[in-house]
Amino acid sequence: MTELAATDPLPKPKRDIIPALLPVALALLALPLTGSTSSWATLTVASLAMGMMIFIMASGLTLVFGLMDVLNFGHGAFIAVGAYVATLVLLPLAGWMQADSLLSNLAALLPAILLAMAVTGALGLVVERVLILPVYGQHLKQILMTTGGLIVAEQTLYALWGPQIIPLPLPASLRGSFIIGDVAIAKYRVLAMLVGLIVFVAIQLVLNRTKLGLLIRAGVENGEMVEALGYHIRRLFLGVFMTGSALAGLGGVMWALYREQVHASMGNDLTVLVFIVVIIGGLGSIGGCFIGALLVAMVANYGGFLVPKLALVSNILLMVAILMWRPRGLHAVTSR
Amino acid sequence: MSDLLALSAVHTHVGRYHILQGVDLVVPEGQTTMLLGRNGAGKTSTLRTIMGLWQASAGQISLAGMRIERTATPDIAKLGVGYVPETMAVFSDLTVRENLVLAARDGPLDETRLDWIFGFFPALKRFWLSRAGGLSGGQKQMLSIARAIVEPRKLLLIDEPTKGLAPAIVGSLIECLKEIKRSSATILLVEQNFHAARELGDSVAVMDNGTIVHRGEMAALAADIPLQERLLGLSLEAHQ
Repeated sequence: MTELAATDPLPKPKRDIIPALLPVALALLALPLTGSTSSWATLTVASLAMGMMIFIMASGLTLVFGLMDVLNFGHGAFIAVGAYVATLVLLPLAGWMQADSLLSNLAALLPAILLAMAVTGALGLVVERVLILPVYGQHLKQILMTTGGLIVAEQTLYALWGPQIIPLPLPASLRGSFIIGDVAIAKYRVLAMLVGLIVFVAIQLVLNRTKLGLLIRAGVENGEMVEALGYHIRRLFLGVFMTGSALAGLGGVMWALYREQVHASMGNDLTVLVFIVVIIGGLGSIGGCFIGALLVAMVANYGGFLVPKLALVSNILLMVAILMWRPRGLHAVTSR
Repeated sequence: MSDLLALSAVHTHVGRYHILQGVDLVVPEGQTTMLLGRNGAGKTSTLRTIMGLWQASAGQISLAGMRIERTATPDIAKLGVGYVPETMAVFSDLTVRENLVLAARDGPLDETRLDWIFGFFPALKRFWLSRAGGLSGGQKQMLSIARAIVEPRKLLLIDEPTKGLAPAIVGSLIECLKEIKRSSATILLVEQNFHAARELGDSVAVMDNGTIVHRGEMAALAADIPLQERLLGLSLEAHQ
């Protein structure tokens, strides 16, 4: 093994910026193909907003995957439950939601979001203790247990609210668009981008500036050594699982408002998308998850516009391409 | 001198395999006990079982008179046991500083103790804010040991610290371990390098097939080549 002399400089770690450049390259590539600048701008903003919402839903799952080595196929249940809890709050407050006052809109929206996150966080506690705890380290059983959990959650929503789609109109102040030149940018998409960025920055700050974040990053790499240093990683697992569930709940509310509807199978529908993002990004990598979500959204939007028939398989093709290039995802954090 | 650590008839199963088959071992307080043996004899498994990373299936493990064979790994660490695994297990995505911050469980890093550590591991000071993944093998081993001693510990479990390192680095590691030893630390050290074993060991236990087959003074084993050949299959000189 080659050793460095005391005076030798430490080799600088290579900064891997290629994944971060991919969304930029994709956007630039799409510019001449879309034909008009306004279409391109609209698609790009739609991609960014959709990507941020997918990131919010997937961020918890990637940490759960990376830190706990748990295949949680039931993550979509938290998305659907979050959306339904918010709907329960927002429907009776429809008057405030449709009022032409931002304050009235917020008075309805904020409690709905907070309650959705609290309920999904608490549901995460129950799921981790009841479904996950008995099957740590057993992937096949994890898949069976969490898929079963997703089916139970979905059927419970069907039983309680029926199979019909429940309309969930946007609050009045978030409807409409900002017009810049000949480009219309939907207000809600701007909000979705802002919330996604805030979540991303908050997670990065926690991971990089706090001891809790150090523990999570260390735990993703080597949980056994974290335990040998005197930290109960199972408690850390539980905290991360609950946070991931609450973020999925937040993502569910954002998605439901984006689509202006709620239905019982929405969690199931989004599970595949969220898993694709987590795998593309690299298990346990928040940065990878962020870039992966943007790529998935961009491919869906640009692809849907340019080659509509390709839209159904575009995300799978993207995942295959990324994994052929980097088999452990864009940012490999774990050795899994 | 009292025994800080005592293992009595300890058995460990890992899956279908019966790894430790009745280990009896004592580690006197303030001494360095060498744990020797051929590859696969059960040395690493013994350290992992003491640390609670593998649960003993039978037998007793006592640390300062307290039974710990059913204690969870983090609680064993909190009792004052530092562990340096064979793989070093530094957190490569974290900086040198962050690795040590995590190891300083009881509060902020103690500057005086850090200076003591930097005294024999100057590279850690130099690369304080560098990612641990970029360090050389020897520097990672230094970090792994520094992590175990960044706070005072009752007992250090160190698994083959010189494995795979260049001879120059091995020499400085031995000096470092001697310095730690001078601070009255109690150490259970797995080592294949005879020079290191002879320099550092007060007492010795030799393992074979998951049991202790010899216990005694390190100096006596170092002087008895026929005994070395019988216990280890070759003289310790050949291990260098």
